[in-house]
Amino acid sequence: MIEGTNKYQSRRDFVRRAGKLIVAVPLVIIPVALAKKTSAAGYVWQIDPFKCTQCGQCKTNCVLTPSASKCIHAFRMCGYCDLCGGYLRQGVKTISTGAENQLCPTGAITRKFVEEPYFEYTFNEDLCDGCAKCVKGCADFGNGSLYMQIRHDRCVNCNQCSIARTCPSNAIIRVPVNEEYILKDKR
Amino acid sequence: MKKLVPYIILIFLFIWHSMLFAQQRFPRPEFESGYTYPTNQLLNQRGPMWEYFDVAVLISALIVTTWLALKKRSRQGLIWMSVFSLAYFGFYRQGCICSVGSVQNVALALFNDGYAIPLSALLFFIIPLLFALAYGRVFCAGVCPLGAIQELTGFKPVKLPKTVEIILASVPFIYLALAVLFASTNSQFIICRYDPFIGIFRLDATYTLIIFGALLLLAGIFVNRPYCRYLCPYGVLLNVFSRYAGKHLTITPAECTNCRLCEETCPYDAIIPSDTDQNREEPEKSRKHFILYFLLIPVFAVSGAYILYSLAPSLAGVDSAVRLAREIRLEKETGIESLSKAVVAFKESGKTEIELFAEEEIIISRFRKASPWAGMFLGISLGIGMISLTIRSKRNEYKPHQGRCFSCGRCFKYCPIKVQTQNEA
Repeated sequence: MIEGTNKYQSRRDFVRRAGKLIVAVPLVIIPVALAKKTSAAGYVWQIDPFKCTQCGQCKTNCVLTPSASKCIHAFRMCGYCDLCGGYLRQGVKTISTGAENQLCPTGAITRKFVEEPYFEYTFNEDLCDGCAKCVKGCADFGNGSLYMQIRHDRCVNCNQCSIARTCPSNAIIRVPVNEEYILKDKR
Repeated sequence: MKKLVPYIILIFLFIWHSMLFAQQRFPRPEFESGYTYPTNQLLNQRGPMWEYFDVAVLISALIVTTWLALKKRSRQGLIWMSVFSLAYFGFYRQGCICSVGSVQNVALALFNDGYAIPLSALLFFIIPLLFALAYGRVFCAGVCPLGAIQELTGFKPVKLPKTVEIILASVPFIYLALAVLFASTNSQFIICRYDPFIGIFRLDATYTLIIFGALLLLAGIFVNRPYCRYLCPYGVLLNVFSRYAGKHLTITPAECTNCRLCEETCPYDAIIPSDTDQNREEPEKSRKHFILYFLLIPVFAVSGAYILYSLAPSLAGVDSAVRLAREIRLEKETGIESLSKAVVAFKESGKTEIELFAEEEIIISRFRKASPWAGMFLGISLGIGMISLTIRSKRNEYKPHQGRCFSCGRCFKYCPIKVQTQNEA
């Protein structure tokens, strides 16, 4: 071969350039292929309250302690019952605010008299650890106005939500960031 | 009229059902005392704008690291860069979003219609690769929080035997193949699930993950960067891209004098020695090996594809629906009632078993379609790896192996050649 006729110095040089081209191609192809499938905003994790089976794994499986999933009260669905399945333990003798009667292990629910015969139940979010016991109680005996929801401000938004992975009812879904919380009562 | 009766019953049933579904057992009270409903305080996340701030931090960190490694040649600077990245991407951003995990987002978005990849995740995937193609693995050197925590704890480097090193270094390829397979079939993000240091970043994780992370860090004191070298799936991509880097970090600022002072300094076994005084295989022999291995590549590819294809049903077990279907089938075969939460929830949901088994079939067939590609990737990688053993180039200088070098800059201070800049002179 006469030197200078080939623009590549050697075979090795050619292989290098070819290799560089081959690895560079995916860097162009992937963004092009994903051009239509890219969203400027990201996703957040939310629980679909209508799918949730109140298994209580939100409390134990979240990477955070306490869990980012906490109970929300849909006041407009609540029956304001005196005998509340979410507030009182099953089979209590007296209906009172005594600690022995409360279902919530952390005492996060406050019961307040509104008017005869209604009682308001409010939550202390800082105390709630997401055990879902009250949610189960309300779903079984009440209107289902208590439900679990992942709090955006607490959730660290893992790429793979570790509760979603183990959620037995596949209730945890990715939701576009700009959408609001999934609420049980539409306001 | 008689014909209408079934429809009336049907409509009645629908209404009945919708009432049951709404669970409205107790009517909403009509308050007389002027009670107003309280509102829930539901706060939102930090805005999406911040994700782009993260991207900006990533780019500037990459630029600074490149400058420190290639131009300034300052190991001290790279250490400070690691500290910054560990603090920002690790402890402040708590390890999410990271480039290592973004591989899965890309795989999921490429093969699933329902998922649109966040632009920030795509950028986190692409930008470090672009830098690797231009300047080598600068991302590993001082930007990746996982690399940074290991870089800062690697005090006493010990070299592993060559065979052990080669065997362990093949694990990331398998990890990458499986991670992409599982992500593209929308089953799991295993890289995120088994991220060893996320628990340390968040100071909160399951104890098994904490133990795994702590053990890796302990091992990392002696075998530096164990995650990067023997596990990191993104490292595989960076490794390949960095081999073709346009400009890579060099050990010596000027011309190598073959003094051999740097020979033993690299804890990652990434310095390839000059071979002026080394025995070489006969060219005839290595040419024969080259041709043999070259012809073996298709064989490896096909057998890899076949092996993973036959493993597809068991690989599909990572999908929760497939696991559930298997549990239900087992329950029916043995007659022992399964008490797992998934089975209980399934029975409550009212989905039929036929639907579930059909879903299982679909997922397994997706795995059948996808897994041969993963196997082919592994086979071809093995073939190319073997070919690279036969190629020997003439080198009369000590230089970093561009694939394995993390651009950590440990070797700088061992080079006796110093170039004085004009200011100093």
